[in-house]
Amino acid sequence: MRKKLGLIVNPIAGMGGSVGLKGTDGEEILRKARQLGAAPTAHTRAVEALRELSALKGSIELFTYPHDMGEEEAKECSFNPVVIGSIQRGKTSAADTKNAAREMLTRGVDLLLFAGGDGTARDIYEAVGDRLPVIGVPAGVKIHSGVFAINPRTAGQLAVSYLRGEVATSEAEVMDIDEEAFRQNRISARLYGYLKIPHDEQLVQNVKVGSVPGEHESMQAIAWEVIDNMQDDYLYIIGPGTTTKAIMKELQLSYTLLGVDVIQQKQPVALDANEARLLELIEGKKAKIIVSVIGGQGYIFGRGNQQISPRVIRKVGKDNIIIVATESKIAALKGMPLLVDTGDREVDEMLKGYSKMVTGYGRSAVYRVA
Amino acid sequence: MSEAGLRRYHANVWEEPIIMQMGSEGERGIAIPHAEKEIQKTVGSAQSYIPARMKRRRDAALPQVSQPHVLRHYLRLSQQTLGMALNIDIGMGTCTMKYSPQVNEELLRLPQFADLHPFQDEDTVQGILQIMYEFSRFMCEISGMDEFTFQPGGGAHGIYTNACMIKKYHDVNGELKQRDEIISTIFSHPADAACPATADFKVVSLYPDPETGLPDVEALKAAVSKRTAGLMITNPEDTGIFNPMIDEFVNIIHEAGGLCAYDQANSNALFGIARARESGFDMCHFNIHKAFSSPHGCMGPACGSVGTKKEIADYLPVPIVTFDGSRYHLDYDRKHSIGKVRCFFGNIETILRAYAWVMGMGPDDLRQVSETSIINTNYLIKKMSSVQGVTMAYPKQARRLDQVRFSLEKLKEDTGVTTDDVARRMIDFGVQEYFTSHHPWIVPEPFLPEPCDTYSREDIDYWVEVIRHVCQEAYKNPEIVKSAPHNHAITKINRQDLDDPDRYAMTWRAYVRKSKGKGRK
Amino acid sequence: MSDVMRSAHPYIPNSVPETREGMLKEIGVSDVEELLTVIPQRLRLNRSLNLPRPLAAESDLRKHVEEILLKNGTCKEYLSFLGAGCWQHYVPAVVDEIAHRAEFVTAYAGNTYSDLGKWQAFFEFQSMMGELLEMDMVSLPTFDWGCAAGFAVRMASRIADRDEVLISWTVSPERLAVIKNFCHSEYVPAHISIKQVGYDVKTGLLDLEDLKAKISSKTAAIYFENPSYLGLIESQGEEISKIAHDNGAECIVGVDPISLGVLAPPADYGADIVCGDIQPLGLHMNYGGGVGGFIASRDGAEYVSEYPTHLVSIAGTEDGTGFGFGFCTHERTLYAVREKGKDFTGTTVGLWTIAAAVYLALMGPAGIREIGETIIQKSHYAARRLSEIPRVRVLFSPYFFKEFVANFDDAKKTVREVDRRLIDHKIFGGKDVTSEFPELGNSALYAVTDIHTRDDLDRLARSLEAVLR
Repeated sequence: MRKKLGLIVNPIAGMGGSVGLKGTDGEEILRKARQLGAAPTAHTRAVEALRELSALKGSIELFTYPHDMGEEEAKECSFNPVVIGSIQRGKTSAADTKNAAREMLTRGVDLLLFAGGDGTARDIYEAVGDRLPVIGVPAGVKIHSGVFAINPRTAGQLAVSYLRGEVATSEAEVMDIDEEAFRQNRISARLYGYLKIPHDEQLVQNVKVGSVPGEHESMQAIAWEVIDNMQDDYLYIIGPGTTTKAIMKELQLSYTLLGVDVIQQKQPVALDANEARLLELIEGKKAKIIVSVIGGQGYIFGRGNQQISPRVIRKVGKDNIIIVATESKIAALKGMPLLVDTGDREVDEMLKGYSKMVTGYGRSAVYRVA
Repeated sequence: MSEAGLRRYHANVWEEPIIMQMGSEGERGIAIPHAEKEIQKTVGSAQSYIPARMKRRRDAALPQVSQPHVLRHYLRLSQQTLGMALNIDIGMGTCTMKYSPQVNEELLRLPQFADLHPFQDEDTVQGILQIMYEFSRFMCEISGMDEFTFQPGGGAHGIYTNACMIKKYHDVNGELKQRDEIISTIFSHPADAACPATADFKVVSLYPDPETGLPDVEALKAAVSKRTAGLMITNPEDTGIFNPMIDEFVNIIHEAGGLCAYDQANSNALFGIARARESGFDMCHFNIHKAFSSPHGCMGPACGSVGTKKEIADYLPVPIVTFDGSRYHLDYDRKHSIGKVRCFFGNIETILRAYAWVMGMGPDDLRQVSETSIINTNYLIKKMSSVQGVTMAYPKQARRLDQVRFSLEKLKEDTGVTTDDVARRMIDFGVQEYFTSHHPWIVPEPFLPEPCDTYSREDIDYWVEVIRHVCQEAYKNPEIVKSAPHNHAITKINRQDLDDPDRYAMTWRAYVRKSKGKGRK
Repeated sequence: MSDVMRSAHPYIPNSVPETREGMLKEIGVSDVEELLTVIPQRLRLNRSLNLPRPLAAESDLRKHVEEILLKNGTCKEYLSFLGAGCWQHYVPAVVDEIAHRAEFVTAYAGNTYSDLGKWQAFFEFQSMMGELLEMDMVSLPTFDWGCAAGFAVRMASRIADRDEVLISWTVSPERLAVIKNFCHSEYVPAHISIKQVGYDVKTGLLDLEDLKAKISSKTAAIYFENPSYLGLIESQGEEISKIAHDNGAECIVGVDPISLGVLAPPADYGADIVCGDIQPLGLHMNYGGGVGGFIASRDGAEYVSEYPTHLVSIAGTEDGTGFGFGFCTHERTLYAVREKGKDFTGTTVGLWTIAAAVYLALMGPAGIREIGETIIQKSHYAARRLSEIPRVRVLFSPYFFKEFVANFDDAKKTVREVDRRLIDHKIFGGKDVTSEFPELGNSALYAVTDIHTRDDLDRLARSLEAVLR
């Protein structure tokens, strides 16, 4: 059966960057960018990625949206795409991206390839959630989400590998940067959600050792290691992310993937708590914080879990922080240290140095935090 | 030779059926002696001695193939196996694919070894006991340890034995409850984590500094606690980088009350140069089928010989071979022995070969083995430095000892061709594939050659040329690399057949059942 | 310490001084010492290794080692009746030829493309063992039967999620010692605790009442051997596995594969996991080094993910023209992540696996049946002749395979004395099991195989008689 690939290009992504603007969200900014002579980069990026798929031309069906939302790019690469939907050329918006994604999901595409930035990723997430795997071709200024490949060619190659069944999938964060703060040179990121992406590590056979555990299995192992060592007289503050929330899943508790939950004696105490609630709960009590690595840059505090504020961290104490991460997540850091950016320099300093991380059942690692 | 100066290699393509598909009803491969008439008369039929419900009801559906066809079949299979003896097997890093002297194979085929039963009276096996004893003395001198066992059947088994001894040691000292953690490093062999885990230890792995490729002393200090039972570490690590602070590491563990076990799988560069003793280790293990020349045998039989200082010798598995001045004995009376890690005494055939190898080498040539291995490795690094797409991991460390880890990340970024693709293509030129690395891949797209003492300068040059050629192909014509191999008996296999419960099959009977009789085309 | 100029070593091509110099130059150093600076002086051994002067000439070396080995008395010169886990069976010449092929002897970890032959031989081993055992799932063997049994027990413990195992008293003491090591049963808390189940001293059969008394909801498995260590054919397999299954436990059976041409495979009487040694299948004894432990089981997701040893699976090629092989990379199941100790694997007994495959291919269904019958007849003949000797008793029922227990209590001699005197007759008597099974008195385990002739057995009887006079 022929595989189906969906292609969505955000025509205006990346326009801001070349003229020194940060992003193209909002009509005002877009107009300003055009005034400054900005040219869209998504087109060339998308074509570069699509060329990698030439070898599969005859064996896959390509679905895409009209004109510069994918049709032109597909035809330029000599694909014969199935064009769906309708748009107003030159006046496309987030709604079009979402419609495109939804439509492709209905058509049963096996993989969605999109060219854009964080904003585009967010739109796609809102439309399809984690119901189909996606790969992002980086073509925006804000590329903080983990769903993007390093460059367009890599995106294309990963698409080929996935369609050939050579790689499995995992999850990647969709980050939402606060626009205003961003334009004022402050980074304030929120974890928006998780998209399913092809896991860029080939399913390989290693003759000399036993089989390597998959991501899913590793997260379960980590969860059980944490659970089996839980003490009744402690509150457990569980930060956002799939690795930390695996703990809640194993305990069969409901949870907020993107928020901070609190449990004690394996029972829920609070869901999606903010800083104030956390401070209230831990007052005079013993508590531990469980955090994981958010995003490809290796932040354990400061990106997506600001509810666990410096005050909360101080009260809980460095020794009561449990960092969890799978070995492949750590490998993806390529040796770079874990990072902290709580907003409080003293707390940041306190957190620096070598820390232990839980990486499996009965397994931990020592890694540097900088 | 091809245009590129590489051999126009092509593997044998016999398209051999599975043995279960061969032969025909009634054929047989060997005649079995029947019990003599007298015996038959005296005892009657064999079936009368089997309880009714224990009689086998129908013959096993083994293949019925005549002898010349069995021989032909397996000879053909051997022709489709790229043993080290046939190729420049430099790529298999950490395996030390060195020459196994043919004369040693002749020795172990003698009935004076092959036809010895492990439970023979000691008086009748003084010869083999002498070899085991003398070899244990050689190992003590080579490592600085005081006592050895050859029971473990492989490197991982040796590491497991060390983990068991560490466990018993703490138990005897009443501290086992509190000491449940073993520390290792990510670049040590994964068995240094998996084996203590099998012995019920928790494992803490140190990640390396991104510049030096070695774990920091500070990292170790962060890992050590009163829960520390010991350290299990490889040095040089699987990157070929030697940790110069190893004695400090050992000290820190000792001060915390733990024991230190040295994984010496990578010992080819250390003969007469550095030993476990001087680094302070309490115990160590060697892979006799690596640096000591015993062949790899398609993954065994092997030997993970374990040595300890005399303080730990009581914990070794039994028996130990001892010498009273005139006769050799098997000593089963060891106070705190962990018992047995395997039946009998170990794969003594590997010890016999290794004994002969050391006796043939002598101390000067053993040293030469290591020096050559180090020169070969650094020479390979020099030659590889001009290959586009390849970078050496941890370039701030210029030198390596016995092996070196490279990365093809640049190649992948530029061309999309991965290290697994290159591994599949390089065999088209008559060299065995390289070893990428153990997971997790801290160094992206890795490969790990080990040009040990067996290989000549020309061998190394050829091998580097193969890598260069394949990398060039990646830039010019990536499809040829991605769809490799092209010159071997089969083409790329379907990975899903190995993961899918509806498709994988460990026996022919399972395969027939699952594929409903659909064999090869 | 400068480079020492010496003549080249035959095994080290780059030991030719000019080559070495040239390579050092190309690296950019003048002395190998410059490459050794990565190892601090304080860690260096600053002297030569104190080892014997080398026998550099191959002829000298060979002579030296042969002379030492000639001090051994072999089971060729001596008539041997030793067994107890390692046996002297005939090794066909074709098996030796294949096991000596340099391609196989020197291969290692190549993939299915470059080492297709090796992988196919492995798959054929698994397939033929599958037929012998009537089981669909067979893995590559581990170090020996003891380790296979130890791993099997750990597998069962994980599958049943329980940490106690029952082991028959009549298993090999060597194997039991290895199992104990894998179970860490002597520790508190044990990883897996071991309880032993008794046997009937008259019949040698497992004591079912004792089994029922000891089995509970904490039992992960019952392990027994068939034939037992003492040679007896256990006929209560069905009852034993029923008791195990009724209590939610696994039934693990250890077998001697050379008996399976005539004895029912354990799958027939309800075994879930089967282990044993491939030693009798074409492996020379090698002083206990020619062994390998196989593990097999029913086909099922819960088993696949628990094997510590590798499972080789057949796989088709993408273009549909042929097939290759690879390790089965199965989806792990939930309980697998919680186990406290994952097992390990690594280099085990690849060459022996191939030898065993060749052996089974030669034997075929007729051969494996006939050798079983021959062994039964010969061993029973020996037992008959021995029991005719005054003051020698052969214990247990008539249902034994290959091995039987001879008792010397009435002769008022220890087995040790008997065996020492037999050596003067150039005979290795049966293994002394007196200390292993004190309840059996002064007893020895005699093994009779296909290699023994009637004359051999008559000679044994005559010599024993002489020794006991």
